[in-house]
Amino acid sequence: MSTRSVEMELATPGLDAQGRPSRIPLGAAVEESDLGRDHLLVNLGPQHPATHGVLRLVVELDGETVVRVIPHVGYLHSGFEKLGEYRHYNQIIPLTDRTDYLSPMANNVALALAAEKLMGITITPRCTVLRVIACEMSRIISHMVWLGTTAIDLGAFTPFLWAFQQRELIYNLQEMWTGARLTTSLTRVGGLMADIPDGFVEKLREFIKTFPDTLNEIDKVLTRNAIWAGRTQGVGVLTGEEAINYSLSGPMLRASGVPWDMRKDQPYLDYETYDFEVPIGEHGDVYDRYLVRLEECYQANRILAQALDRLPDGPINVDDPRVILPSKSRAMSDMEAMIFHFKQVMEGIKAPVGEVYLGVENPKGELGTYFVSDGTAKPVRWRIRPPAFINLASISKMAEGHLLSDLIAINASVDIVMGEVDR
Amino acid sequence: MNPSVAAARATFGDAIGRAVEARAETSVTVSAARLLDFMRWLKDTPGQEYNYLVDVTAVEFRDRERPLEVVYQLRSLEHKANLRVKVELDPRGELAVDSVTSLWAGANWLEREVYDMFGVVFAGHPDLRRILMWETYAEGHPLRKDFPLRGRFSRAEQVRQALNISPEAHYSMEELSIAESFDDLPADMRDRLRRGERDVVPGSE
Repeated sequence: MSTRSVEMELATPGLDAQGRPSRIPLGAAVEESDLGRDHLLVNLGPQHPATHGVLRLVVELDGETVVRVIPHVGYLHSGFEKLGEYRHYNQIIPLTDRTDYLSPMANNVALALAAEKLMGITITPRCTVLRVIACEMSRIISHMVWLGTTAIDLGAFTPFLWAFQQRELIYNLQEMWTGARLTTSLTRVGGLMADIPDGFVEKLREFIKTFPDTLNEIDKVLTRNAIWAGRTQGVGVLTGEEAINYSLSGPMLRASGVPWDMRKDQPYLDYETYDFEVPIGEHGDVYDRYLVRLEECYQANRILAQALDRLPDGPINVDDPRVILPSKSRAMSDMEAMIFHFKQVMEGIKAPVGEVYLGVENPKGELGTYFVSDGTAKPVRWRIRPPAFINLASISKMAEGHLLSDLIAINASVDIVMGEVDR
Repeated sequence: MNPSVAAARATFGDAIGRAVEARAETSVTVSAARLLDFMRWLKDTPGQEYNYLVDVTAVEFRDRERPLEVVYQLRSLEHKANLRVKVELDPRGELAVDSVTSLWAGANWLEREVYDMFGVVFAGHPDLRRILMWETYAEGHPLRKDFPLRGRFSRAEQVRQALNISPEAHYSMEELSIAESFDDLPADMRDRLRRGERDVVPGSE
């Protein structure tokens, strides 16, 4: 307890020696509680710019130090997994656009790959390379959003503008390819909804050439910036063992020094044939997560260049009328093609009985798709293994003992997207 | 077939049920009673070392006769091996299984989600609350097959409840007890919060 005397201004006019209104003590000194004794409960979100969507954190504070964080999620819950049980495999693809809406094309690819594994379909060489291009373009836009928003959270505005400028260029390419900037619905089971249009390769090559300039600029502005380093180094540290125990994946896991990347360790889409490095952090703090993501952008750029160099000609869809819709002209003129068209639209593609899990390396981490089929055209269970949700679960552990302002940096470093956390 | 299955059979005997290999993935069923022992064995035994819990989920089949499965996707980062472990539960009976949060901290939210969506109770879980749905959600467990796609309550009822919900009920009792302010709240507010904790939507009586 400390004491403080309460004063009041005199009703009668009069100034003291310093020229202020005269004051007299009001009664005896009153007792005041020590503010350090009580913990404070602060509600952060769901409508708060630093929570990257509708995340709500209830924070217990001792002064300015975080004692405990209780996250509340679910504000954006849409029941995608339930909806998937009522849809054909191809009809699920638009739902995947809306989970991690910062990298829709990579989600489309993940779903198509899992469905194809379930049905035993081998996609064409051209489709494989185009899907790699889609995945790496997604990685770049997702990391650009992450970089920009995290920089803003920590008070650096300029990198945000540079990063979003580059993201816009990829969005233009996405629009060229799929007709949509955000809800791309790029893939179909057994192929793609469209081949890349004329002029796409040239535009992507131009992007690949100029993109590292922006990364170099961001690197120059942030990496050795004293404020940036001070706000991020040693903050939110997780050791490799803790990261594995918390089932973290993606850049979060690698920043803690665990060299695990699905593209290298359980390859899909022939990733093992591309020449790229997987960056690993040393300290597992926010700064290392930044370095890992920045380097991943350079590496994604390398993969894009290699993919364009090797892009083969040929069909993008498998030659199987039970899986791929016939061309419109054939469906209108050829009886057999029309029957296949009708059966596919009305009945969907029947998957054999069984189950499949396929994890792919999305920008946020390992996006897993688990299908259980009972032999019908609709899955019994469609489970998304959501990397952002699982990574976010470690926030209470990371934020313990840090300042409230560091909680913002830690939350940003997880790279959450609430569409995927809440599904 | 993943060699872990044969080693598990030698150690756990009858507790290990059928094992299936398809599409280069191995699934193995274990009895609910031995789940925690089996998981600990998988995690800590040299040569197995499934140190990474990829996912926890559940599957209920359209065929009502089939058991509900709680599915654990495990991975050994060292051996680059995957294993799917399943526990079968009778959907008409009590859905309960031991929590694996003592082995993997990452299981915390995943098990909460399975509880929320399927109603499976994980014994020994430190904080088994709903996670995606709100804590006073009274319509059941959405991913169960007997749960209609649009929910159990009518739209009108859902809207009425959403509008009637008391803002104070957005804090759990636990959070308010942190602030030590619970006792300072007005009596009616305390009362609403208590009812909120018993899954009764405030103002619905």
